[in-house]
Amino acid sequence: MPSMLESIIQVRHFTAAHHSATVIDDISFDVYRGEVLVIAGRSGSGKSTVLKHLIGLYQPVAGHILIAGRDIATAEEEERTAILKNIGVTYQMGALFGSMTLLENVRLPLEEYTDLPPEAMHLIVRMKLKLVGLETFMDHVPSELSGGMQKRAAIARAMALDPQILFLDEPSAGLDPITSAELDQLILGLARNLKMTFVIVTHELASIYAIADRVIMLDGQTKKIVATGRPQDLRHTSTNRWVRQFFNREASEEVSG
Amino acid sequence: MTLATATQMAGSLTVHRTGENGTLTLVLAGRLDMNSTGSIWRDTQRVLQEQPTVQVVVEASGVSYCDGAGIALLVKLQQYQASLGSALTISGLQEEFRRLLDIYGQISIVPPTGPHREPVSLVEQVGKAGEGLWHDIQVLLTFAGELALTLVRAARHPHLVRWRDAWLVAEQAGVDGLPIIALIGVLLGLILTFQSAIPMRRFGADLYVANLLGLAMLREMGPLITAIVLAGRSGSAFAAELGTMKIREEINALSTMGIEPVRFLVLPRVLAAVTMTPLLTVFANAFGLIGGAAVMVPLGVPLVTYVNQILSAVTVGDLLGGLFKSLVYGIVVASIGCLRGLQTSTGASAVGRATTSAVVSGIVLIAVVDGIFAVLFYALGL
Repeated sequence: MPSMLESIIQVRHFTAAHHSATVIDDISFDVYRGEVLVIAGRSGSGKSTVLKHLIGLYQPVAGHILIAGRDIATAEEEERTAILKNIGVTYQMGALFGSMTLLENVRLPLEEYTDLPPEAMHLIVRMKLKLVGLETFMDHVPSELSGGMQKRAAIARAMALDPQILFLDEPSAGLDPITSAELDQLILGLARNLKMTFVIVTHELASIYAIADRVIMLDGQTKKIVATGRPQDLRHTSTNRWVRQFFNREASEEVSG
Repeated sequence: MTLATATQMAGSLTVHRTGENGTLTLVLAGRLDMNSTGSIWRDTQRVLQEQPTVQVVVEASGVSYCDGAGIALLVKLQQYQASLGSALTISGLQEEFRRLLDIYGQISIVPPTGPHREPVSLVEQVGKAGEGLWHDIQVLLTFAGELALTLVRAARHPHLVRWRDAWLVAEQAGVDGLPIIALIGVLLGLILTFQSAIPMRRFGADLYVANLLGLAMLREMGPLITAIVLAGRSGSAFAAELGTMKIREEINALSTMGIEPVRFLVLPRVLAAVTMTPLLTVFANAFGLIGGAAVMVPLGVPLVTYVNQILSAVTVGDLLGGLFKSLVYGIVVASIGCLRGLQTSTGASAVGRATTSAVVSGIVLIAVVDGIFAVLFYALGL
């Protein structure tokens, strides 16, 4: 974790609901510049819901989410675009455009938001694809790539505009352990070398241990944050039995008993 | 740096030529980011092309921020000078940006090789198209065989059919399609009658327009418009529905559960279409004749005369022949819709292609089957 704690995202008294059922109940936390923050929890605990609010897809029922001091939910069109240019998002299934090559996928945000000459865009796209190890695949369409490659290409697209914050939704879902570990290395490399801030939703324990500076644990029953801290610390010292179970990969009693 | 500084101090370029040997110094300052690098990029390109120089120095101590676009500019300058066999020195770049340059900088000048798409000759195109058509016919025959076997099995064991799905599809393809069938039927009757009544009136034969309309609607137009509307409404829907299931791997899930997709998905749809098409055709015929009456009565032909004229011209055989044709059209349209859905490859555009193909193939096959019926009916003297 960076030594200087500068908060880049502030979540305050945030409540989320889905069809009038509360999913997240009055939670507050900060994301610090340059850290890799993992939002973890069991399936259905609202991890992806939190992420979708952070990136402005959904509006909070109550509370505020400030990204670099601006509230994405209430921002005007222009301000909202400025915020969105500064964040990159990858989705669970990659969400690459199937009819476009990797080159075109990564170039799209550059074409939409900058006035760079085509030659410059081409070079930037190649730089980004090289960073994720896909430079030689830039003329392929997503369906010609493996799942891990698609995830990496999605990260390259999310990074096209050099955002300060990258949001990744289940980056290692459906990947084998080796590919998943390679993806973890990529994320760590980007965080350390490019000083990017990562907010990652995952429940892959191996990934959490490998990349997380800090973990926020959500509980689907209380709909609140049950623990925050370094994964190694939570594993041993958490007072919450359920959190210890999660980090030690134990089944809950209803299931095992 | 917060987002607020993004607008501060846009990047700038100043050019100096110094020394006797003509060293070109490009002074870069401010923010080299996605927003400001575009104009600087164009300026540097112009300067370097106008004044090709052996020694170029980039003075970058004034650069306060540099993202991928700024690094790309530096990489481009390095590559451009290297291609001329000239030197480039970057001085004063902050340590963190120099590290970025090291990370990003090793981009080869040689463009990467992608999958090569060579132009295909006309002969090869024709050959491939022919091969594709032959393959398509084979698939169609296989599918027809599989469907026929499933139908036979379903006739022996009716509980194998998902009747609830069949009812639902029957409602969507049949009842919900009635208004459009009625509208098109009336309009077609109106137009046919009007177009033929005017010239035939010159011969005093306008009464026989009723005969013409009755025969045309019952034998040909009624079944045909019903089938085309069915292809557009339901064939496409079947293809889109099954295609989406295919790309979501639901079809694979069915197969691995030991449930044949043809029985589970295709059979209810085909059964529903087969029962609904003749019924819709009856309505299409009736509305077509009503449309005809709407023209004939104002032209001075009493309604009773119009009806009697039709009854004298058409036989039960004409009606049943038309209905039989519509039944076959129903099978064709529903089957091809389902087949195209099951053939869907991957990706969102594949569903679109499957849907288009379902409608186009459906209409083409309707025309082909209609032609076969025309010959068949003639040979049988019907």
